Amino acid sequence: MPLEYTTITQVSGPLIVVEQVSEVHFDELVEIETGDGQVRRGRVLEAAEGTALVQLFEGTSGLDVRSSKVRFLGRVLEIPVSPDILGRVFDGAGNPIDGGPRIIPDKRLDISGNPINPFARAYPSEFIQTGISSIDCMNPLVRGQKLPIFSGAGLPHAQIAAQIARQATVLGTKDPFAVVFGALGITFEEADYFLTSFRATGALDRAVVFTNLANDPVIERIATPRMALTVAEYLAFELGMHVLVILTDMTNYAEALREVSAARKEVPGRRGYPGYMYTDLASIYERAGRIHGKPGSITQIPILTMPEDDKTHPIPDLTGYITEGQIILSRELHRSGIYPPVDISVSLSRLKDKGIGAGKTREDHADVLNQLSDVYDRGKEARELAVILGEAALTENDKIFLRFADEFEKTFINQGANENRTIEQTLDIGWHLMSLLPQIELKRLSQANIDKYMPRGKAPEKTS
Amino acid sequence: MAENQITGRITKVSGPLVVASGMAGCRMFDVVRVGDNNLIGEVIELKDDTASIQVYEETSGVGPGEPVVSTGVPLSVELGPGLIGSIFDGIQRPLDVLADMAGDFISRGLEAPGLDREKKWHFVPSVEVGQAVSSGDIIGNVQESPVVVHKVLVPPGAAKGTVKSISEGEFTVTDAVCVLETGQGDYEITLLQRWPVRMPRPVKGKLPPSEPLITGQRIIDSFFPIAKGGTACVPGPFGSGKTVIQHQLAKWANAEIIVYIGCGERGNEMTDVLLEFPELIDPGTGRPLMERTILVANTSNMPVAAREASIYTGITIAEYYRDMGYDVALMADSTSRWAEALREISGRLEEMPGEEGYPAYLGSRLSEFYERAGKAQLIGSGGRCGALSAIGAVSPPGGDLSEPVTQSTLRIVKVFWGLDDRLAARKHFPAINWLNSYSLYADRLDPYFRETVGRDFPDMRDEAMAILQEEDELLEIVRLVGLDSLSDRQRMILETAKSLREDFLYQSAFHEIDTYCSQEKQYGILKIILDFHHTGMGLLEKGVKLETILEMKIRERIARARVVPEDQWPKEFESIVAAVRDESRYETR
Repeated sequence: MPLEYTTITQVSGPLIVVEQVSEVHFDELVEIETGDGQVRRGRVLEAAEGTALVQLFEGTSGLDVRSSKVRFLGRVLEIPVSPDILGRVFDGAGNPIDGGPRIIPDKRLDISGNPINPFARAYPSEFIQTGISSIDCMNPLVRGQKLPIFSGAGLPHAQIAAQIARQATVLGTKDPFAVVFGALGITFEEADYFLTSFRATGALDRAVVFTNLANDPVIERIATPRMALTVAEYLAFELGMHVLVILTDMTNYAEALREVSAARKEVPGRRGYPGYMYTDLASIYERAGRIHGKPGSITQIPILTMPEDDKTHPIPDLTGYITEGQIILSRELHRSGIYPPVDISVSLSRLKDKGIGAGKTREDHADVLNQLSDVYDRGKEARELAVILGEAALTENDKIFLRFADEFEKTFINQGANENRTIEQTLDIGWHLMSLLPQIELKRLSQANIDKYMPRGKAPEKTS
Repeated sequence: MAENQITGRITKVSGPLVVASGMAGCRMFDVVRVGDNNLIGEVIELKDDTASIQVYEETSGVGPGEPVVSTGVPLSVELGPGLIGSIFDGIQRPLDVLADMAGDFISRGLEAPGLDREKKWHFVPSVEVGQAVSSGDIIGNVQESPVVVHKVLVPPGAAKGTVKSISEGEFTVTDAVCVLETGQGDYEITLLQRWPVRMPRPVKGKLPPSEPLITGQRIIDSFFPIAKGGTACVPGPFGSGKTVIQHQLAKWANAEIIVYIGCGERGNEMTDVLLEFPELIDPGTGRPLMERTILVANTSNMPVAAREASIYTGITIAEYYRDMGYDVALMADSTSRWAEALREISGRLEEMPGEEGYPAYLGSRLSEFYERAGKAQLIGSGGRCGALSAIGAVSPPGGDLSEPVTQSTLRIVKVFWGLDDRLAARKHFPAINWLNSYSLYADRLDPYFRETVGRDFPDMRDEAMAILQEEDELLEIVRLVGLDSLSDRQRMILETAKSLREDFLYQSAFHEIDTYCSQEKQYGILKIILDFHHTGMGLLEKGVKLETILEMKIRERIARARVVPEDQWPKEFESIVAAVRDESRYETR
């Protein structure tokens, strides 16, 4: 039985100071029992001789200095895992909330994890078919990648993430992904949307869900994604499963981080976020990947809402520096009724080159990707010009490109929330669209691919 | 060492910073072992008998009262054969050895020497018994990799002496290969030598750089060259291609040794290098690139204090090879992450912050780092020279170049390759903005270019740059009043500028042929673009319509020039030059 201290001297924000303590360790798990018998948890942020600074996950409201008792548990925050964890729903602190029994642990794992040795990593290269054309063709996701969705308030990121979770398969194999879902400070409705969607397709049986809702303790959010990833690592690298981790919304996470930092009176970096936010976010995002000689993998899709749709805001900015690309949603496309409103000009998948091509997707994939993004950009330029000078001022060629851009958005990017396109279907739509353009403008397609895939009799010759 | 061992007690733990009392007598930057887990740390502040220590490993579970033991030596790297082809973490623990010891994840308290103690190397002496030698002299050679001869030096700081015994044979790194007789008794030289990372290795003097580091990247070599022994920085927002540029330089730069530091970046990027470099062939030697490369990887999720140390570890290794007389190029990706590590430690020390929370000494630390680069006259006899070029990536938040790390870096480095988000969005790579980038070596290197590349090369470069500048001004006009307001001459300039951008500045890192472009070919492409420009201008004078000029078939061949294989290039070049001449005659007839 660990010693109990009743020596809290200071409570401020999510932090308490406990004095006259001994044998306290950095990062140690702490239990605080309030006067009315409630037990809360926290962790040691600073351990000095005689005093400890403790961060409470559940917040400090209702805590008093006199009657609260503090116990230092001598271990770090751990989560019990076993194969039975699949199909379960937990709160943000790892307690089951689906009415089921507690997990009988196979193991207890430290939620901070250890960094993967770069030498042991295997380079991600297996294409994941999400069934969404704007991702599969233009920004392909591969197994072991971390590819965030940069969204904005009111954009349909939740639908997209749920659709990916439902549809994702690795080409050539039929084994579905296990999904680990971490809800960070999102509303009940949003969390419920995901749960309902998982339930409807039976995906919940191979999912593990952690929910820290908007009205749950803010500081708990710092632990929630780590719990989710610890479970993901267990499933992937010990049970050999392919795991898709969805974390939403990382903006709420970063805000919790800022709250703790402000309470500690640390020197802030940009916009009040702590200077170590890059390192902290990296300790989450870098827990994706593949390992040599192990069958499993962790693919991460963190979702964040960009404050004011600004991608230079510290949260998307630091995320973009760590993750392997980003899917950026566009308010403009969303307004014109396009789903999913993926802005392919600014979205990027850094690992695409090794995941596509013959034997992985199809030989023409790289050609189609480059050519479509090139001509779509030209179409968008023409559209801008039309806004300034009027459509009448456009050349014939510009008009063709403008029509192409409209058509591309309507039939290629746009698709149903339940429409699951194979990569072949996606590429064929791309070829069909390109057949609307004069062939002389399609410089990035190889002749062999044109001969094989271009719909016959449609490609008009050079326009004059 | 045991007699001056100092043992203190931890009084405070706060993340990577540990404060210990009872440390009187230990020195700044001494390495200490922290806590019951024997974590590795370094003293960074001393006050009375308390020492502040930055710990290179995760400190969770460490608490007050645990012991801290000083080793009495500063943080050092092990230098000797076996470095080439290795991948180390920030404090020179070989990652492959750590994987063998602890599995796929890096756990704490692991200890692994930088160099393999078991492996035997074939040592061939190059001095004889009785010969007088001093610090920096080469006493023998070890073939370290098929392309690198490791020269064994008398360590800097060793006393002058005469060779007492030396012999050829197989040795481990800790065996004495040579004994010197000095005024202070016998001095044994082993293949393994140590050097404290924060101290620059001594040189006789620095020399002004005079030769370019050829990188095979057109915009760099032709427009913004870096000298051997020079310094450069690559700032850019995420997604603008910093890492690809760093990888391209590591692959194709004509340095003899490459040290690549992945400082706080992605784990998969280091994996990529590890998988790709053994496969890629160095155009200079015809051997795999890994045989000249050393990797230091402290990825973003590895402990932050070791990230701070990683660039020192890297540059000390680089200096060691420079001291053998090699041309060494060092890439650090990214120095911003290093600065952030500095900021984090400084914050925990409760130092008064400078701009954006960075410590006030950020600028001086950066200068100290970049000043370790340079072309140098080496110590030891024979008047040998070596060069160490340093190229640092900078990751400015939000792409805003006014932030402290970029600004402090720009005050020191001589070459600035500014990456531009808009170019990247238009898929123009490398996304180096030609309007605001600069190289202060350009003038100094001109004599070299005139001599080896072409007498008119610097003039061609200046002309091309002038065209690109003018394009920028003209485009401004077009944006305001439309293309119709331009004269044909001005439109010709726009067309040439477009050709310069698309056929010369654009270079695909992933295209088999385009990824590397020789000096000769760079000169050739630039020449044919400008030739065509002059021809076109001449024809306009004679009243030929602009449309006619722009429809000339030869333009397509110019556009394809960058993907013409190097061996076919001389022929293709002659043929295009002749064709441009022909077309001009044909039109004026």
